[in-house]
Amino acid sequence: MELDSKLAILADAAKYDASCASSGAMRGNSLDGKGVGSTGGAGICHSYTPDGRCISLLKVLLTNLCIYDCHYCINRRSSNVRRAAFTAEEVVKLTLDFYKRNYIEGLFLSSGIIRNADYTMEQVIAVARTLREIHDFRGYIHLKTIPEASPELIETAARYADRISINLELPTQKSLDVLAPEKSIVRTRHAMGRIRNKLDEAHERRKGGDKKVRHATGQSTQVIVGADSSTDADFLAQSDDLYGNYKMRRVYYSAFSPIPEPSSILPIKAPPLIREHRLYQADWLMRFYGFKTTEILSPETPNLDLELDPKLAWALRNRQDFPVDIQTASREILLRVPGLGVRNVERILNIRRFTRIRLADLMRLRVSLPKVQPFLKTADHNPSAYLLDADSLRARFLPKPQQLELFAADEMR
Amino acid sequence: MKCVDPGENFASWRDAARCLLEENVPPREVLWEKAGGLFSAARVEPPSSPRLKVPAAFVGLAESVSCHREPSRWALLYQILWRVVRGGERHLLSIASDPDMAKARTLEKNVHREIHKMHAFVRFKLIDTDAANGRERYAAWFEPEHFIVEAGAPFFKKRFANMDWSIFTPKGCVHWNGTLLTLTPGIPSNPVENPDALEAAWRVYYRSIFNPARLKVKMMQTEMPKRYWKNLPEADLIEELIGNSKHRVTNMLAEEPRPVKPRPKNAYLDKLRELTAEESL
Ligand code: SF4
Repeated sequence: MELDSKLAILADAAKYDASCASSGAMRGNSLDGKGVGSTGGAGICHSYTPDGRCISLLKVLLTNLCIYDCHYCINRRSSNVRRAAFTAEEVVKLTLDFYKRNYIEGLFLSSGIIRNADYTMEQVIAVARTLREIHDFRGYIHLKTIPEASPELIETAARYADRISINLELPTQKSLDVLAPEKSIVRTRHAMGRIRNKLDEAHERRKGGDKKVRHATGQSTQVIVGADSSTDADFLAQSDDLYGNYKMRRVYYSAFSPIPEPSSILPIKAPPLIREHRLYQADWLMRFYGFKTTEILSPETPNLDLELDPKLAWALRNRQDFPVDIQTASREILLRVPGLGVRNVERILNIRRFTRIRLADLMRLRVSLPKVQPFLKTADHNPSAYLLDADSLRARFLPKPQQLELFAADEMR
Repeated sequence: MKCVDPGENFASWRDAARCLLEENVPPREVLWEKAGGLFSAARVEPPSSPRLKVPAAFVGLAESVSCHREPSRWALLYQILWRVVRGGERHLLSIASDPDMAKARTLEKNVHREIHKMHAFVRFKLIDTDAANGRERYAAWFEPEHFIVEAGAPFFKKRFANMDWSIFTPKGCVHWNGTLLTLTPGIPSNPVENPDALEAAWRVYYRSIFNPARLKVKMMQTEMPKRYWKNLPEADLIEELIGNSKHRVTNMLAEEPRPVKPRPKNAYLDKLRELTAEESL
């Protein structure tokens, strides 16, 4: 098979994995090496496809042959998709060729399961090893690992990679039993726990002054949203646990997407993109805004409001806490004001040491006045009580119907 | 009114600004104008006296703002400098909502963003390979909005230390030969017209990694504005991918569900089954 045909099949096979990050690697470059590559800092998106997703890494499967039968997946054994397999050399060459043209930050390599977990893992590792050891490649490598692979192999992968991941896919074993019968939450979590320990060890060694440690700096995972009946509260509770106990760098939420080879077990439908977006927003609130999952969702309302962002929805439920005074409110409180992001809160804290803040100041910080006004007191503005009491407050923030479709930015304000 | 030539970059503007500060010339009496402009601008001799104390944060800001193409940037910087040094507004740099500071931060942001986009959207093409030592030579054409080539270059040096490369732009060019980073004046048009052999594969990748069921065109365009498209080998696929996406999704939704194939005989799969059964006990 032509290389281009393989690339088409094996990139298509990999595109349902949402992870694209190339950030958080150790700082390094090729000035004292033989090959190409540098890492460190925020990572770069070298292109964007019309699905709004960033292309940062060459994201491919080594092969889309797979003995597992995950019904949301185009590569499952029951699918009639065309199969292909790269040789290790082919992936190595593509990675280097793309990298040298500045198309990518590095490689994200995953694979269908062939024969068994260890055998597959060894194939994936061979690519990374060749890149690092033969070509002295210093770019970013993300390797997908398999929970059932031996811990030694996973650790070898971690030594060549900057990031490793295992996808949790679905939040309960009950869902996995139906939709991904070969997978197990228990085994996945065990593997994640072992990875976390190894990551911690490497971190300690670096802190101890061993600058040469070549080891991944983080792990991430992905869950599929909308394939089973799990609620947003289920997802967020799970993420909370993953961030806290497994030190996940990121939990990716991937709206269950139609595939050209649908399974009779799992009818396909349009992907719930807004739900996915809201989950990311809620995830940000937990990680950067000091919100607890129980504040965002309750047992009575286990799903996020699709029409309003979760911070605004929280503020509307907690009107009694507003308005707050921009001049005196604490950092934690300001972070909870709809329309104020982390950056602007930092700025406001700075500014107010020297001057009284007015609405015009907020405008110059590019804060959306209509959004913050009901919740903030400034030197020249005190929201009238009726603004906060009125039932129309929610109505005021509801998006125009057609805007829902276009909701795009992953960023949270 | 005093006409002063800011020169080309931060260093030349800084020398001029220092002189003006020493002579106590307030911002409203300075017209920043390139020599040869309408008024005859004076090139200012660098001051002889010891350096003025300027907050480090201002230097960083001024270095970035200097790269902006906005002609009023020099006056804006002098205005801020004046307020800090002569006006006693020592904390001005912390007041992001001050009108002058807000303007300056916007310019700074534009410049940082353009540097970032240079790192993202420069596309190298292989020119030749040295037969003797195998060293490859690459070149790229990029059209930045601001004067960011020098600021953006060290990234490429670190990343591509072991290949020779040139980045050509209308606003300055930069070259690396393995030991030395050299800057040369900008050129008006792309000297490397021929496509690179790898562009075909890159386009295959771009096409295949796109998911038609998740169309978010606006999001793509905010991050990759149209003005960059003409130098991106993948960008002429965008229209077609958007155009076909609806049709592709409709087809997917209309597909007959595939039956589940029986489990193959495989000892490994049997073991997984046993494990899962044990776990659920
Ligand atoms: S293991 Fe499951 S998700 Fe992974 S490729 Fe195979 S079928 Fe797809």
